[in-house]
Amino acid sequence: MLTSDSCLSLHKHGSSMASDSNSSESQRIAQQRLRIIAGHLQKHKDDDSGTIATECKAEANKGTVPRKRQEIMKWNGWGYSDSKFLFNKKGQAEFTGKRYRLSGMVLPSLQDWFENTFGASVNHKSPATPALNASAVPPASLNEAFVEDLKATGIPFSHEAEDRVFRAHGHCLHEIFALREGKKFERVPDMVVWPNCHNDVVKIVELACKHNVCLIPYGGGTSVTSALECPPEETRCIVSLDTSQMNRILWIDEKNLVAHVEAGIIGQDLERLLNESGYCTGHEPDSMEFSSLGGWVATRASGMKKNVYGNIEDLVIHIKVVTPRGVIEKSCQGPRMSTGPDIHHFILGSEGTLGVVTEVTMKIRPIPEYQKYGSVVFPNFEAGVACLREVAKQRCAPASIRLMDNEQFQFGHALKPQVSSIFTNFVEGLKKFYITKFKGFDPHQLVVATLLFEGDRERVLQHEKQVYDIAATFGGLAAGEDNGQRGYILTFVIAYLRDLGMDYYVVAESFETSVPWDRVLDLCRNVKERINRECKERGVQFQPLTSCRVTQTYDAGACVYFYFAFNYRGLADPVHTYERVEHAAREEILANGGSLSHHHGVGKLRKEWMKESISSLGVGMLQSVKDYVDPDNIFGNRNLL
Amino acid sequence: RELSSESNIYIYCFNILVFVTLQQRDPMLKRDGFEDILEERRNSSDLKYALRCYAPVLYKGVTPCKANMLKNIVLQSDQLHYVINQVSQESGEAPDIIQEEASVILEEMAHRLQISTVRFFAFALSKAFKTLFQHVCVNEEGIQRLQQAIQEHPVVLLPSHRSYMDFLLMSYILYTYDLALPVIAAGMDFMGMKFVGEMLRMSGAFFIRRSFGGDKLYWAVFSEYVKTMLRNGFAPIEFFLEGTRSRTCKSLTPKLGLLNIVIEPFFKGEVFDVNLVPVSISYERILEESLYARELLGVPKPKESTSGLLKARRILSEDYGSIHVYFGQPVSVRSLAQGKVNRSTYNLFPRHIPRKPMEETQSFVNDTAYRIVRLQEDNMVLKPWVLMASLLLQNLEGLELSVLTEQTVWLRGLALSYAAFLDWPDHAPTAKVVSSSLALHRGLACVSGGRVSLVVGEPLGPVTPEEALFNRAVSVLSCASYRNQVLHVFLRPAMLAVAMLHLSDEVYNCFSFLWDMFSNDFILCPGDIVQDFEEACYLLVKTGAVQMPQQDIVMTDIGQPTLSFFNGLLEPFLQGYQVVCRYLCEEASEGLTEKQYIPAVRSFYSVLCVFTGNLRCYEVLSSDMQKNALAALLRMDAVRKVKVADQVTLIVNKMAVNSIDDILGKNRMISHINQTQISPGLSLVAVAEDLYRDGLTPSYIR
Repeated sequence: MLTSDSCLSLHKHGSSMASDSNSSESQRIAQQRLRIIAGHLQKHKDDDSGTIATECKAEANKGTVPRKRQEIMKWNGWGYSDSKFLFNKKGQAEFTGKRYRLSGMVLPSLQDWFENTFGASVNHKSPATPALNASAVPPASLNEAFVEDLKATGIPFSHEAEDRVFRAHGHCLHEIFALREGKKFERVPDMVVWPNCHNDVVKIVELACKHNVCLIPYGGGTSVTSALECPPEETRCIVSLDTSQMNRILWIDEKNLVAHVEAGIIGQDLERLLNESGYCTGHEPDSMEFSSLGGWVATRASGMKKNVYGNIEDLVIHIKVVTPRGVIEKSCQGPRMSTGPDIHHFILGSEGTLGVVTEVTMKIRPIPEYQKYGSVVFPNFEAGVACLREVAKQRCAPASIRLMDNEQFQFGHALKPQVSSIFTNFVEGLKKFYITKFKGFDPHQLVVATLLFEGDRERVLQHEKQVYDIAATFGGLAAGEDNGQRGYILTFVIAYLRDLGMDYYVVAESFETSVPWDRVLDLCRNVKERINRECKERGVQFQPLTSCRVTQTYDAGACVYFYFAFNYRGLADPVHTYERVEHAAREEILANGGSLSHHHGVGKLRKEWMKESISSLGVGMLQSVKDYVDPDNIFGNRNLL
Repeated sequence: RELSSESNIYIYCFNILVFVTLQQRDPMLKRDGFEDILEERRNSSDLKYALRCYAPVLYKGVTPCKANMLKNIVLQSDQLHYVINQVSQESGEAPDIIQEEASVILEEMAHRLQISTVRFFAFALSKAFKTLFQHVCVNEEGIQRLQQAIQEHPVVLLPSHRSYMDFLLMSYILYTYDLALPVIAAGMDFMGMKFVGEMLRMSGAFFIRRSFGGDKLYWAVFSEYVKTMLRNGFAPIEFFLEGTRSRTCKSLTPKLGLLNIVIEPFFKGEVFDVNLVPVSISYERILEESLYARELLGVPKPKESTSGLLKARRILSEDYGSIHVYFGQPVSVRSLAQGKVNRSTYNLFPRHIPRKPMEETQSFVNDTAYRIVRLQEDNMVLKPWVLMASLLLQNLEGLELSVLTEQTVWLRGLALSYAAFLDWPDHAPTAKVVSSSLALHRGLACVSGGRVSLVVGEPLGPVTPEEALFNRAVSVLSCASYRNQVLHVFLRPAMLAVAMLHLSDEVYNCFSFLWDMFSNDFILCPGDIVQDFEEACYLLVKTGAVQMPQQDIVMTDIGQPTLSFFNGLLEPFLQGYQVVCRYLCEEASEGLTEKQYIPAVRSFYSVLCVFTGNLRCYEVLSSDMQKNALAALLRMDAVRKVKVADQVTLIVNKMAVNSIDDILGKNRMISHINQTQISPGLSLVAVAEDLYRDGLTPSYIR
């Protein structure tokens, strides 16, 4: 009954959309129709979907990510294989490769900072296992009938150990640590499938339902919530559904400034392709090099420029999701609706528990005419927070405004590349003298806010002045574009730096929260203190690094991002220690009025606090949606609930 | 009585729990040693000491805050603004007028710590202490712990309160050790002493009115003032949990107001933690000794005045022995609250709006207060005289010096095995210890013809029976204030002993009855009844006074002296409560007001005593005991308070009171007093009313 209902609505949807004229219109209508047919024929699973699949494959794959991710990316660390930090023979830090601004540069102060901050030494190495040991991977337990039917569809799949292991983890500390140590894996996906389009996904989900196979959607693999971890108790065949090949922009509608995009596209490809047409989405989460559109939707992602462009929930206009019950989507692209609770909000943040996001229509903007970085130094964190609060109050936040605490400020300085001329050196020294001696800022107290302005030139300059004027009332001093830009570089290389730390007995992780303005300072102080205390109590021999920054401002509060790292020499089980400390830190956050997560999500890492966070009734509401949409728990990653 | 079946279970569980209890109590036996800080004062210049460099370390290295800046922070706080607007809306007054009022309140309240005044006190107190005391002993390890604690988190100092001396002494010690001087919550009564009040203010005292129940503005200014000091860590905050000086030397039931205020910033996340530091100040002889006894007997407390203080100079000529100040282990509020209070319940309400604490929080604060007072008790130093006083009070007719000596030695052993913090001189022969104790307390006890007895003040001229009774009561109550110091050590086993000897065969029931009955008189943490019972059993078994075969408690042959000593120890309390019950049953008129209650009980007893001549429970004359007994009866619903036109009337449920009296009174001497001995038809109250007519003070205390 329900199936035919949804078909009817889909049908209506299809016809109402037909008036939209667009370059890819005919293809879209064809797909729509095929989907409708597929819906009608749901009882007869073995239809002619092979033709759809071939149609999907017709277009060349323009994406960055190949099916064999390990060809360009590290199997046991962050990012590209060719880019990594290392201490060279002279003990100086270097960033290899050619991809980033820092690539190929020598960072003379990093070693000192690293050794002093952590009590670590470049002579004490803790190298990773060089290659994946196939015997540590449990053999694939395949559902033969499913594999047979899948073969018939022509959708590519693999059950090679390397492919499976790559999709068995995200980037939590414990996951990367285990890979580096070459630990035996308890449970990894039994196979990986690479659908090429929405209809491939429909097909796969149907087969999974038919054969009772567990599906775990996989986008960019940048999760930090244990969301990709296979539940060890799962006895069915686990299939990792890698969306990376669904990476096309299907159409751009310049009248309404929206683009219709396949959800497997990763951030950098999306921006690059849109830029070719003069547009951007402006959605720039720190992980945008690798994270995918579908992943953003599934975790309620947030980008650093959300002040101008909005968070993912503000950006999406239309979402298409394949669930075991069929396809969910709205029937129009109205910019706002009053049609009961927004069904998008069942999808946003569902973390792969309900289905696969296949296509998204999202807002686009013309590429801004002018971009300018900036920075402001404040005498202390309190003054900085007060300034950000005022900026938020006056609703004049630049595209991005972030306040780094003193530890992060120093960290940023440690990443300064070698200065080429004596003159620059001299100017730097003069600046430092001005701030610390003339203005009386304590170098161990001062903090820096980094800014990014976007828009037309005049407006940017005007805006810049407004923000600097506010900053001045809180004792802030403008500190130049360079400092600002360096702050944002840190964002992209921080994950690479963690790998460097792990080469030398240092474990590190980040976590985040959102909190009302009046509690920001108290929360930051208490969480840091809690971490320090827990480390001491749990036998960490060295002072940990605890650092935070306010990364987003809202009318009623802010997002706070923490870095936490320590030297684990002398600890029997550093990961366990780390996890206990992070657990305590999260409890401290909750006790201080912070949220369970601002944008990382819940995954399995923070499930235990869901009831406390949204009440047991709230959990019940989500559970009932899950029960309705996916009664057999096909999407069995067990995140969230 | 219905609890009887449970009692077996408790006893059954006992054997398992002994071990646990043992482990819980044992760490407290580790106590620090003491250093005499007067020793250095006797050997070097006081002036130099008062003028030396004073640079204490502060919380997280904050710079000390000028008094004016502090006031501004308070006056500009969101918290205060909220209440000012609220009061303004309610009263119709303009906010700036209310703001002005707040400013006046703050002016009246705030301290003005000045280093010059501190130096003056450092000099003057050095002189005074050297004259008054033999030693002022401090545990230096405690000082080190405190110094550490001050740098880590805001510190709240919670000293016991037995004397006016307490807070001067505290500041003196902290100055001596170069620690941050505390700001001290003091009662407004000191402000009566014009000059001295200001001096105290300049040495760190801030003044609060004794009662300001409904005054929102006052409460807001006060609590914000305290919290501001705490949050910013400008200085340790010091106040007395007991609220007032204990006139009886028993710890008083803690007051929660200030504790609530200093704990709240932790719950609201404004500070990471708060360290509570219990401080036990034990005096070998209390300066206010006989003053307290008189006060308890109804002679009004002399109003604090500078001239009064000058008159008190004569005390300078006496020897008050030594003082021991023990700084306990800092107690982290965060650790205490772990798992008891869910801090996130504070997330949904703006933090600057005052709110009544939640039930969970209230019971946590109450519990914390009791624990701290018990920690104070645990580290109170007891002198040999305390043991002697306990023995003398059980032998009011006096006893042979040799017997007293022998029993004191016996009691010493008992006290030590119960973990009492006894300061018994090393290497001194017992006779010497006893005689020097008697010498120091010659105002209370004397030896004549080899017999030791209490000294009773002899007024000049003819003595009325009332006067004789009063004088006798003064000496008994003074002596009792020493016995009371040891009660916390013996209390639990003593209640068990009474339960075993007198009350009934259901020992646990009787114990719990006594526990409940006495919970105003002694520090019994709410909810700890089972634990206390176990502790009592453990201690009695440990000293061999009882055995616990199977599910029973049996007295041993050697246990006889212990149990009867314990029985004697609590006897005055049992008798006192019984007298109160008797009064309420037999004499209390309808419409007895709360105000009339104390004088009425007092006269009931005096009359009883004067007419019969053979009563010995002088302690019932103490207003403290009377109040506690009434509070117990109110709690047990035997008496109810009813408010009738401005006056609180006590409604007595005679049945209930009678049955309590029954439980208390089995085999007790007061029960055989025949009322007909007093002239028939003349009720005691009538006699009492004659005595107290027109609100005159009874002749015997004039």
